[in-house]
Amino acid sequence: MFAFSVKRILQAIIVMLIISFIGFSIKHSFGDPVRELVGERVTPAQRAEIREKLGLNDPFVTQYVRFLNATLHGDLGRSYFFKKPATEVIVNKAPATLELVFCAAFIIVVLSIPLGIYAAIRPKSWLSRITMGASIVGVSMPVFLTAILLIYIFSVELHWLPSFGRGKTVLLFGWWESGMFTWDGIKHLIMPSIALSSIMLPLFIRLIRSEMMEVLETEYVKYAWAKGIKPWRVWIIHAFKNTLLPVITVGGVQLGIMVAFTILTETVFQWQGMGSMFIESVERSDTALMVAYLVFVGFVFVLVNTAVDIIYGLVNPTVRVAGRK
Amino acid sequence: MKSSTMRKAGKFSVLVIALIVSALLLVGCGEGEKKQEAEKAAAPEAPAKVVLKLAMDADPVSLDPQVQLSGGMLQYSHMVFDPLIRYTKDMKFEPRLAEKWERIDDLTMRFHLRKGVKFHSGNELTADDVVFTVARFRNSEDFKGLFEPFAEAKAVDKYTVDLISKKPYGLVLNMATYVFPMDKAFYTGTDDQGKAKDLVIKTDYSYANTHESGTGPYVVTAREQGVKMVFTRFKDYWDKNTGNVDEIVLTPIKTDATRVAALLSGDVDFIMPVPPQDLDRVRSTEGLQLVTMSGSRILTFQLNQKRNAAFANPKVRLAMAYAYDNKGVVEKIMKDFATAAGQMSPEGLVGYNPACAPRYDLEKAKALMVEAGYPDGFEATMIAPNNRYVNDEKLAEAFVGMMSKIGIKVSLKTMPKAQYWDQFDAQVADIQMIGWHPDTEDSGNYYEFLSMCRNAETGYGQYNSGNYCNAKVDELTLAAQTETDPAKRAAMLQEVEKIQYDEAGYIPMHWEHLSWASKSNMNTPEIVNVMNFPYFGDMMIK
Repeated sequence: MFAFSVKRILQAIIVMLIISFIGFSIKHSFGDPVRELVGERVTPAQRAEIREKLGLNDPFVTQYVRFLNATLHGDLGRSYFFKKPATEVIVNKAPATLELVFCAAFIIVVLSIPLGIYAAIRPKSWLSRITMGASIVGVSMPVFLTAILLIYIFSVELHWLPSFGRGKTVLLFGWWESGMFTWDGIKHLIMPSIALSSIMLPLFIRLIRSEMMEVLETEYVKYAWAKGIKPWRVWIIHAFKNTLLPVITVGGVQLGIMVAFTILTETVFQWQGMGSMFIESVERSDTALMVAYLVFVGFVFVLVNTAVDIIYGLVNPTVRVAGRK
Repeated sequence: MKSSTMRKAGKFSVLVIALIVSALLLVGCGEGEKKQEAEKAAAPEAPAKVVLKLAMDADPVSLDPQVQLSGGMLQYSHMVFDPLIRYTKDMKFEPRLAEKWERIDDLTMRFHLRKGVKFHSGNELTADDVVFTVARFRNSEDFKGLFEPFAEAKAVDKYTVDLISKKPYGLVLNMATYVFPMDKAFYTGTDDQGKAKDLVIKTDYSYANTHESGTGPYVVTAREQGVKMVFTRFKDYWDKNTGNVDEIVLTPIKTDATRVAALLSGDVDFIMPVPPQDLDRVRSTEGLQLVTMSGSRILTFQLNQKRNAAFANPKVRLAMAYAYDNKGVVEKIMKDFATAAGQMSPEGLVGYNPACAPRYDLEKAKALMVEAGYPDGFEATMIAPNNRYVNDEKLAEAFVGMMSKIGIKVSLKTMPKAQYWDQFDAQVADIQMIGWHPDTEDSGNYYEFLSMCRNAETGYGQYNSGNYCNAKVDELTLAAQTETDPAKRAAMLQEVEKIQYDEAGYIPMHWEHLSWASKSNMNTPEIVNVMNFPYFGDMMIK
């Protein structure tokens, strides 16, 4: 077990090194950060001076080693734009993104399961037809367009929901700015969550429906019907339970993709999360923050995966055996 | 097999987390509603406070007015600080902290300060603060160039200060609009990190980046960078005959469509800028007003004479100027949200020369190409940004199309501004696009940066990537700097425009318009100006 853990951790370190190296080496193609910091009349000589002060003129290897060294001490550099440590900026922005993703995931889970099941059980009913038709529209509309449409319908025309931002937030645990505990915050959450879920929701409805229909055709379900078991029991206990497995598999992958989709949603709704922060840092050539974000996100993913792998190894010895090969 | 089982485990755990959070959410929603009801019941009737909800495309990068010379920072400076004097809408000067001013001699301009003006800290404004402010410009990368012509500011007595230039200088008053006195006592000493409070730092913490004490109409009471900024009316503001807004809540909204939607839905009261595609929508909406104005940023194409031999021939350049249909482009691409230009200075600046009107004559252009010895045209490369100016990419494409009519085959490459300016400086293409707004609000500034011969030592011609060089242009521009007689200056600057026009030193396109939109119950048209720093201190909401 010890050898297995060491191996996993070593692998994680190598992955982190690769991520940081890629992040660091592409930052040069995003333009000169100094250009964004100074007015137009500042001379090239002055700009060069600032670059020198920021250490941007050093050879790539020197910069990279310095960066690695600082990272090991928990310092991911400073954002030029925010004039603060990059880690602090990212941690401040994370709650907004996480809350958005959670709400969108919530909408997907709550809607896709009943709708998917219903569409499988009663494929010919008008509700199923509408659901399937709408899901085609939903899946083919870009998030950007969905978001703008929502804003125009519910904010501009109907004046029901606010058009941008997070609204009133409350501070939890001293650092987590939450929009989930005020009515204003929740009103602000509704449209971005719907927009973010608009791509995944149809996908899940279709997935659950097709899996469910397949399961309903199997022998043991037919046998269950023959035994005279109540319909809801057949549907939920016998059929749906077996539908879940592939759904969970896909769900995990999609959740990661959804974090990426927040970039678009956050930009349209002026939602101050990590996605819009990342896009803005690219636009502003705030390369220090950009690299920090890539490394930070990479680190979180690697950490979670490694932890899961190790725990899994503890629980399931076959993994350890397979790992030894 | 090994990896697939492990991947499943990862996915499962993620789903579990999602479910838990969803459950938490449900609980959260319930609590939220309860709270809301409780709040409703408890909320007392607040006294009517006039609040302006303002949305811009970006928020100020710092609280230090000297850290960056940019439109956003000047907009901020006019809210929290006051200049010695400021421009009126028709580009005259009006007194602010300086009640009156007089020229003492060729080098000295004397400013008499208003008495009894208070800083936000409670300190009184004196000549020492002005001296401190002008001296601090020397430490600012962005401002030290602008204040290079000045030797010093000298306090004569408590309320009188002299601004002394090294040589006679024609733009002393223009520069005085940049002097936003900072509170000397407030910015002196060391902060709790042991650093001097007056440091000007761009990329790191500094006291001045996060603290302010100006004399302006608003005090910054809350700031979360990139999210929200709250300005509260300064109780002891010296000017009692100004606006009635008690609080300004500034939210940056980057996406154009969202910014407009926020105004249309009533979530904000004032937006700037208004994206061109939504002008009609805003104009036709009841309860909103749209204000537009011709700006002073000129867009040009520079033709690099060193890279492409053909461009060294004035006839070729003239042919291109005749082949470019300024008015057609303004109408079709800019939807009339720009003014076609034949020169750099717009009407209103001293260098504006009525003789240099936009010209478009395809036949003449073709004839000039034959005369120049290029009847079959030639090839050229071109770069342009795609997110810097309004419609920049489309404008570049239109240019390529028009040049093809006189046989010039242009291969165009466009790129985001973050990458563009390095390429621009390296002069990687024969034709390069650049827009310029003179930060001195004076014509001479265009020529110093765009048309004078490139000179690495003096810094003149820094953005002249066409390598256009005419000794007469240099001579006149430099002479205008030290000329203090406005009429003589104007004649010199207008001559520069004419020289450039006659030999087509560059291809002018148009001046971009500025736009603001607000609810109709505000005096928006009165507070906006061509420099695009609305005087929010003067805003009245009925």
